[in-house]
Amino acid sequence: MDFGLTEEQVMLQDSVSGFLASAAPLEVVRQAADDRETQVAAIAQGLAELGVSGLLIEEDFGGVGLGMLEAALVQEALGFAVAPVAFTASHVMVPTVLQMAGSDAQKDEWLPRLSSGEVVAGVAVTEQIGRRDSGGISIGGDSLSGQAMFVLEGADAQVLLVADQGGGLHLVEAGDFEVVPLKTIDRTRSVAKIEFNNATTQLLPGSSDSREPLLQMIDAGRIMLAADTLGAAQHMLDRSIAYAQERKQFDRVIGSFQAVKHMCAEMAAQLEPCRSMVWYAAHAMHAVPEESRLMACHTKAHLAEVGRFVARTATEVHGGMGMTDLLGLHYWFKRIGVNRQLLGTPELVREEAAAVQGWV
Amino acid sequence: MDLAYSEKYQGFREELRGFLTAHGDKSPPPYERGKPSEQAVAWQQLLIEHGYAARTIPKVYGGYGAQPDVLEAHIIAEEFARAGVRAGHDGDNRLVPTVLELGTEAQKEWLIPPSIRGEMNWCQGYSEPGSGSDLASLSTKAELDGEEWVINGQKIWTSGAQHADMMFCLVRTEPDAPKHNGISYLIFSMDTPGIDVRPLVTMTGEAIFNEVFFTDVRVPKDQIIGRRGEGWFVANNTLKHERGGLGDPNQAESRFHHIVEIMHNETIDGQRLIDSPVYRDRLLKLQGEMLAQKFNGMRVLSHFAKDEEPGLPRWIVKLNGCEMNHQMAAMAIDALGELGVLYDDSPHLRDEGVWQQRYMLDLGLIIGGGTAQIQKNMIGERALGLPKEPKANSD
Repeated sequence: MDFGLTEEQVMLQDSVSGFLASAAPLEVVRQAADDRETQVAAIAQGLAELGVSGLLIEEDFGGVGLGMLEAALVQEALGFAVAPVAFTASHVMVPTVLQMAGSDAQKDEWLPRLSSGEVVAGVAVTEQIGRRDSGGISIGGDSLSGQAMFVLEGADAQVLLVADQGGGLHLVEAGDFEVVPLKTIDRTRSVAKIEFNNATTQLLPGSSDSREPLLQMIDAGRIMLAADTLGAAQHMLDRSIAYAQERKQFDRVIGSFQAVKHMCAEMAAQLEPCRSMVWYAAHAMHAVPEESRLMACHTKAHLAEVGRFVARTATEVHGGMGMTDLLGLHYWFKRIGVNRQLLGTPELVREEAAAVQGWV
Repeated sequence: MDLAYSEKYQGFREELRGFLTAHGDKSPPPYERGKPSEQAVAWQQLLIEHGYAARTIPKVYGGYGAQPDVLEAHIIAEEFARAGVRAGHDGDNRLVPTVLELGTEAQKEWLIPPSIRGEMNWCQGYSEPGSGSDLASLSTKAELDGEEWVINGQKIWTSGAQHADMMFCLVRTEPDAPKHNGISYLIFSMDTPGIDVRPLVTMTGEAIFNEVFFTDVRVPKDQIIGRRGEGWFVANNTLKHERGGLGDPNQAESRFHHIVEIMHNETIDGQRLIDSPVYRDRLLKLQGEMLAQKFNGMRVLSHFAKDEEPGLPRWIVKLNGCEMNHQMAAMAIDALGELGVLYDDSPHLRDEGVWQQRYMLDLGLIIGGGTAQIQKNMIGERALGLPKEPKANSD
């Protein structure tokens, strides 16, 4: 019994964090918000060299062949740095489901290119979780029509994984869809609306008569969003502690006032258990399959709640400066805010957790 | 991440389950107030013989004599909680380790065997009316008169004093020393003349705590643990052995399952509560919180098993666990609605009124053993490195 990380896992996370600290400091994140293409490519390239893009991909396809816990550790580091790069959809959700349900030809075609970081893959599954506005995909023969809302990493994607109403999963290549970027509060990652008009698709054969590949892909995505929020919230807490030790009022550093100290303690008390929860949920994907869906739901929902609390409290610790663009704390605030809504709001996801337990 | 217990521990768990199946019916009710019943004493003796109580107390003092093992202790706690059976005890979880580590040989032989058998019951004389969170300012004094200490003063919040045989007590013996260096740790019988115990009835309607008054209480000079003036350090020495007893996640999980049963069994207008999306969402929020604390507990346990100091994950256990238990009681009461405010022996009472008792008692636990606000100070200062509040000039 050892509930914790191995040395290798700690090293992996340290190396990704270290790289991002030098390659994606706040100035670069700011620039990337205005000019994604130039800034993002260099960061993505460096991450690919560290093995991040092929983290979950089997070695036969050029990847590293690690597991969901390692992916969560990387995602946490990305959240900590508000890194403006594709990972959740492109390098976790899509490889997970391609390896589970793809044909040999599909794997041969896409896994090596995802692994090298040559292509970005988006994921269009929002309509399978909670449809808004005019989203909805219809399938006729081997072509797709309709539109998908809030496609993860969709604006940068050369290929999309699209879910139909029955849970069937389809690959659609660039040229066969039209991207309408959606502007969210978070400018560090892309979310898009995508329109299909008789797009040619390739069905993942393993998804033709089972929703399980779709559901596992969503589980993986939810755990990643939770891990991203964990990292972003940890950053906000660390910044708050540092600020409370430095900012003086009434001739004292404000961290010596209990009012401020207790805000920091409450953030830490709420956030620290989330780390264990994310570790367990990620580990359970492979090791405790009977608990994995429940854990993915709860971890997504719980991190959404704690993330929101930390984001607003950390901003308050910084006083008026917390609101400013100059300080830039809002990049983390907004990333946490977007993670909360993607792949299911906490309310929706908790209802799924109820269903998993047979309560609905 | 390795969640499997090795064969050694699996075997240990199997054996314990076998024991609980064979002997569980001999257990006294999980909780009872007052002195242990004969049944409770016999049960404790059986547990010691099998190594499920006083497990690491040396045989020479009546214990089982096993090496300390965090995972074994965890498995014992988990299995007793799961079986709903009275867990064994190690005498008193503060006094016994203190005597074992710092007591004289004569004190160990005198105090430990009857304590772990449940025949010598202890109360803790720490808090005073003027010394709560700032315990080291305590003013109950003991003066040496020949071969005896003479104690005068008052303690408060003394749990179980009305049933206890003995007290371990912090008293000021060196009035001129700085406050932490002027305290001694004395032990004495509650039958000593001059001790007046007055029960404090709390909002539950029961007297759990007491006020204890000392008027010229004479205690033999050698009934001191450690040296005079070192009582503060004697008392704190055992804290390092404490592993977040308050706020234990095991207890929260079994309470949670109990609430799930209520949600399935109770109805409003014939509709089960679990079918109400509003109540259900609240239940699920609690479940998420409970899971987070559970895995944090496993992480802390793994650190202890490797003899590592867990740091922050440990500092938050009391604050989070007590708050969560309180929220669970609140959820159960709200699920029961009007039925949830019934009390005593009222018709229609559910679960013997335990949820209201817990709601009130758990608020006491949020306050007791280091208030939530003191916990936040400790988290802020010890785990996050924030500076202490400057002392007032008068101090």
